[in-house]
Amino acid sequence: MLNHVAELGQLGLDVLRKYGRAGILLYRAVFRVPNIRKGFPLVVQQIYAEGVLSLLIIVVSALFIGMVVALQGYHTLSKFGAAQQLGPLVALSVARELGPVVTALLFAGRAGSALAAEIGLMKATDQLSSMEMMAVDPLQRVIAPRFWGGFISMPLLAIIFNIVAIYGAYLVGVKWLGMDAGAFWSNMQSAVDFRLDILNGIYKSVVFGVVVTWIALYQGYDAVPTSAGIANATTRTVVYSSLAVLGLDFVLTAMMIGGW
Amino acid sequence: MVFMNNLVEINKLAFQRNSRAIFKDVDIFIPQGKVTAIMGPSGTGKTTLLRLIGGQLIPAKGSIKVAGQEVPKLSRHALYNLRKRMGMLFQTGGLFTHLTVFENVAFPLREHTKLSNSMIRSLVLMKLEMVGLRGARNLMPSELSGGMGRRVALARAIALDPELIMYDEPFSGQDPISMGVLVKLIRTLNDALGLTTVIVSHDVQETLSISDYAYVISDGGIIGKGTADSINNNQSPQLQQFLQGLPDGPVPFHYPGNSLERDLMSENMHA
Amino acid sequence: MLSQRVIETVVGLFLLAAILALVALAFKVSGLTTFFKQEGYDITAAFDDIGQLKVRGSVKIGGVTVGEVTDIKIDPASFKAVVTMRINSAVNDIPTDSSASILTAGLLGDNYIAITPMYSKDFLKNGGEIPETHSAMILEKLIGQFLFSIGHPGEKNTEEDKGAKK
Repeated sequence: MLNHVAELGQLGLDVLRKYGRAGILLYRAVFRVPNIRKGFPLVVQQIYAEGVLSLLIIVVSALFIGMVVALQGYHTLSKFGAAQQLGPLVALSVARELGPVVTALLFAGRAGSALAAEIGLMKATDQLSSMEMMAVDPLQRVIAPRFWGGFISMPLLAIIFNIVAIYGAYLVGVKWLGMDAGAFWSNMQSAVDFRLDILNGIYKSVVFGVVVTWIALYQGYDAVPTSAGIANATTRTVVYSSLAVLGLDFVLTAMMIGGW
Repeated sequence: MVFMNNLVEINKLAFQRNSRAIFKDVDIFIPQGKVTAIMGPSGTGKTTLLRLIGGQLIPAKGSIKVAGQEVPKLSRHALYNLRKRMGMLFQTGGLFTHLTVFENVAFPLREHTKLSNSMIRSLVLMKLEMVGLRGARNLMPSELSGGMGRRVALARAIALDPELIMYDEPFSGQDPISMGVLVKLIRTLNDALGLTTVIVSHDVQETLSISDYAYVISDGGIIGKGTADSINNNQSPQLQQFLQGLPDGPVPFHYPGNSLERDLMSENMHA
Repeated sequence: MLSQRVIETVVGLFLLAAILALVALAFKVSGLTTFFKQEGYDITAAFDDIGQLKVRGSVKIGGVTVGEVTDIKIDPASFKAVVTMRINSAVNDIPTDSSASILTAGLLGDNYIAITPMYSKDFLKNGGEIPETHSAMILEKLIGQFLFSIGHPGEKNTEEDKGAKK
């Protein structure tokens, strides 16, 4: 019996140590005087690898999500005679919730898992150790650019998601279901506030970007250097990121609705 | 053994991992300009020793001095400066998979020197020439065989002309030709460039054939040290089992457990 | 791995696409007309019943938005709902004897405040109060009035008049 309590306590301590290591990793990688000349091309490379290469899945998902929300929304709103409110419905759902959250989940699945696997593999093949022994700090050279890449890419992806989804809704609502384009846009404009809806959504995506990238980098960096270890790190990245995003979304939404 | 010039001096080293003592009170001296081998059975912490020398791990007790500097006590900045004078070849090679062979070798030069591109090119070509892979400079690491990859990693390790070079299991898994190439390279480079070489290996014959001095480690302590000849003549049973590769001896063949009769009988009874 | 120049160009395009998307979001989706918070002044009005009016609700004159509701509090002395509105400084000629009503935008829309300007030559300034207010039309009260008037033809229900006079 006492053994179980001791095991539980050990588990708790291990979790605490993991969080500590993750925090130290972030601190040492991010809170340093940056070498702009050397670091900038690396960050650009990472924005390409994480952001640009994720564009396809983001754009396609956004299009379909926008179209589906419009389709479902139109049919439901019509029952209340409120089909004219389709524009606000889509814009607010996408900008406030679907945009940042779905982008973050897709990002975690595509870029986050790739990051974790890449870093884990670099650790397993001693690339990180070689770098250290060559007096190059792998945290600065490998981890930091990937962090900033994710930090910058995520909000950009969320913005693009928003506009594509709303465009998809426009296609379904106006072109297919025959709503009046003028009503669609003008109702939307009067219901959507830039600061409170669009910007809040972007703030959310910034927070999600930090969290997803951080989790991915930590899982890769701390992975057991075997193939099983890397596979675990990748799955854990996706799972933890997704849970964190959804949990944080609730917290942030509560804060925003309560007026910060 | 105490020599006039020890590049690396390890005194009374103690190190644990997961409450298992890897080293207990170990003294090792690496003389300058010579090839020193560190050998022993698997898992005795030979790679750990290299990491301790390189400052990647901190010992529980004892001192590790490289070129007179106390490694565990160095600041990050000083440690990085010291590492520029060391080269290390990892067992897996550690080549950067997204860079070509040329770029891999050029990496330390680009990071730590302000040399022009043409200077870097000349230096990289020369280093690759030393290991015989100048013609492969535009290949990617995934296109290299294991032995070739290791040679590229070697070229990279000597790119900054270090004083100390450490090899972690350089011969493991190599075919006879690659093995021969690496053996010859290690010795030639050491003499031609005036390096101090430390080889960690359990390939006894190959390693001893090029080493000036050797230490044999087992169970956290040193079971043999000296020149290749003196070690071969040392009659300690532990040492001889290791050197000759005898399957049974101080390191037993059977994993500890009950006797065979008891196991067979108990299986019959509790079927 | 693509060359560094190609990568930089592509990333630049990515950034450009995101900026254009943000601009589209700002103007086409959220109808942002000016980026900076406009200068404005505060006026108040006290209502018997604000209905569904919320903070951030619009304040309109003749259907054109001139400001928004910034605060709704209850006056402990008179038990009326005191609504604070922030009006754009550009609209600085609201007569002091104007009236404010709470109307509904469309059948299912939100409530907003409509200011009906009167004839005074003095204009409301920061801290001014609109004297005449009409509360929101509560559906239940309307139904009640309707039923009452059916049941008692010829009698007037004085509640609405009371509200208008205050």
